[in-house]
Amino acid sequence: MTDATQEAPMKSGLARIMMGPNARKAMIGVLSVVCGVILWHLASLRTSPLFLPSPLTVAQTTMEMVADGSLFVAIGASAWRISAGWAMGVVLGVPLGLLMGRFHVVRLIVDPYIEFFRFIPPIAFVTLAVIWFGPGEFTKIVLIFYTTVFIVTLNTIAGVSAVNPLRLQAARSMGATKLSEMTTVIFPSAVPFMITGARIAMGNSFLTVVSAEIVSAQTGLGAMIWTARNFGRTDWVFVGIIALGILGYLFDRAFRLATQKWFKRFLF
Amino acid sequence: MAKGASIQLDHVGISFGEAHVVSNVNLDIRPGEFICLLGPSGCGKSTLLNAIAGFLPVAGSIHVGGDRVTKPGLDRGVVFQSAEVLFPWLTIRENVEYGLKLAGVPKQERHKKADHFVALVGLSHAADKFPKQLSGGMRQRAQIARVLINEPSVVLMDEPFGALDAQTREVLQKELDRIWRETGCTIVFVTHDIWEALLLADRVVVMTAGPKAGIKTIENIDLPHPRDAASPECLELFRRLRDDIGEEVKRALEQQGLNKEEPVT
Repeated sequence: MTDATQEAPMKSGLARIMMGPNARKAMIGVLSVVCGVILWHLASLRTSPLFLPSPLTVAQTTMEMVADGSLFVAIGASAWRISAGWAMGVVLGVPLGLLMGRFHVVRLIVDPYIEFFRFIPPIAFVTLAVIWFGPGEFTKIVLIFYTTVFIVTLNTIAGVSAVNPLRLQAARSMGATKLSEMTTVIFPSAVPFMITGARIAMGNSFLTVVSAEIVSAQTGLGAMIWTARNFGRTDWVFVGIIALGILGYLFDRAFRLATQKWFKRFLF
Repeated sequence: MAKGASIQLDHVGISFGEAHVVSNVNLDIRPGEFICLLGPSGCGKSTLLNAIAGFLPVAGSIHVGGDRVTKPGLDRGVVFQSAEVLFPWLTIRENVEYGLKLAGVPKQERHKKADHFVALVGLSHAADKFPKQLSGGMRQRAQIARVLINEPSVVLMDEPFGALDAQTREVLQKELDRIWRETGCTIVFVTHDIWEALLLADRVVVMTAGPKAGIKTIENIDLPHPRDAASPECLELFRRLRDDIGEEVKRALEQQGLNKEEPVT
């Protein structure tokens, strides 16, 4: 071993941190955002703050809202509604999809409703939900639940249909009953489909939460964006939009990490 | 280890709706016998195997070890051509333990038995890998272990080495011969490879071309193991089987309107 080869790993290690392919990709992303903010700033110089507040104004407002805690209250309210409604939707959608995919009768019974309601956006139900469930938290959670359950159910059905029939034959010849077939073959086979459904539903839940909060909420990012109108605070709208974007990114990231950690063996 | 069971096929017919795939098959298989089902592709060999496995309803009757077959059962292990039937979310060991787990065998005992059968097929070094990390030949070994651990009296194999390269196939044929001797089970093995049948089988059952496929001839392969494919007896048998199957292949092509001797216009 020469000195050169012994030094090489150290150098390449440092270089990897500074200029590795991942770091380079991240750098390009950061640079792109910086350019975007500069363009935004330049554009804001030529207009009124009511039309387009500058990034500096938005940053200042953000700091104020962080200081008085109102931003975290809004984020917390929205995040809670999304998490609760989405989790309920997944918990009900998965078994419903498994039953519908497995038992033709269940499918025949539930199918007309699914096919009808899947084209009706959750926003259409906001008024009805308020009348039925009042203006409280439950209304918002029900709407998110509604958003999630169809997507997860339909994806789970697709997962059940995609199960390799030979795998079922093999399981049967090794002593599997109808029940163990479901738990040991069909469910694990359909996991990737369920995960896809849950992830799409997560995105759609963000759409729903904002609409629901605009119509019937005093808290949450949607409510914050909507109240800004009454005070002519366009900067609040920007804070709300940016918070939504970051929150969505974090939720998706967390979801992906969680599935990688707990469902890795099912993601073949 | 469970000893091999006898199999009786009595006037067995199998149809899918209007299509009669197999008709009037009578066959007695002795306990511990190695039977190869040979025939032109699409003749219904696999269908017949699936019927013995209990996957299909049949006309007539099938008895295994004296019991009538009505549904799949642990007494009949099935090895499929496609290794896709291994569960990709389980390791090889977990795949092999699957049947015991369903049967409620305690963990310790399960592990011990799995170790034995994984070793029997030569996969000890790969026991904790996932199927996708293994080669095609290793996956078929895993499938065989997963079936044998349930101690079936009959093992049904549907072209298990059909998708493998020639070298791997040859190695696995030898191993299967050894495992068959060690376990003493009855084996019904579907193949379209005449050499494979000659190397492995006690008797080769040649099937006629479908529809309404039946048994054309049954050849006794009364040669000692390990067999030499280049021996005069083997070559003689090969010629006979080739001619028998050739006729059926020709008939099948004629039925499909694909007779080669017809001039192309």
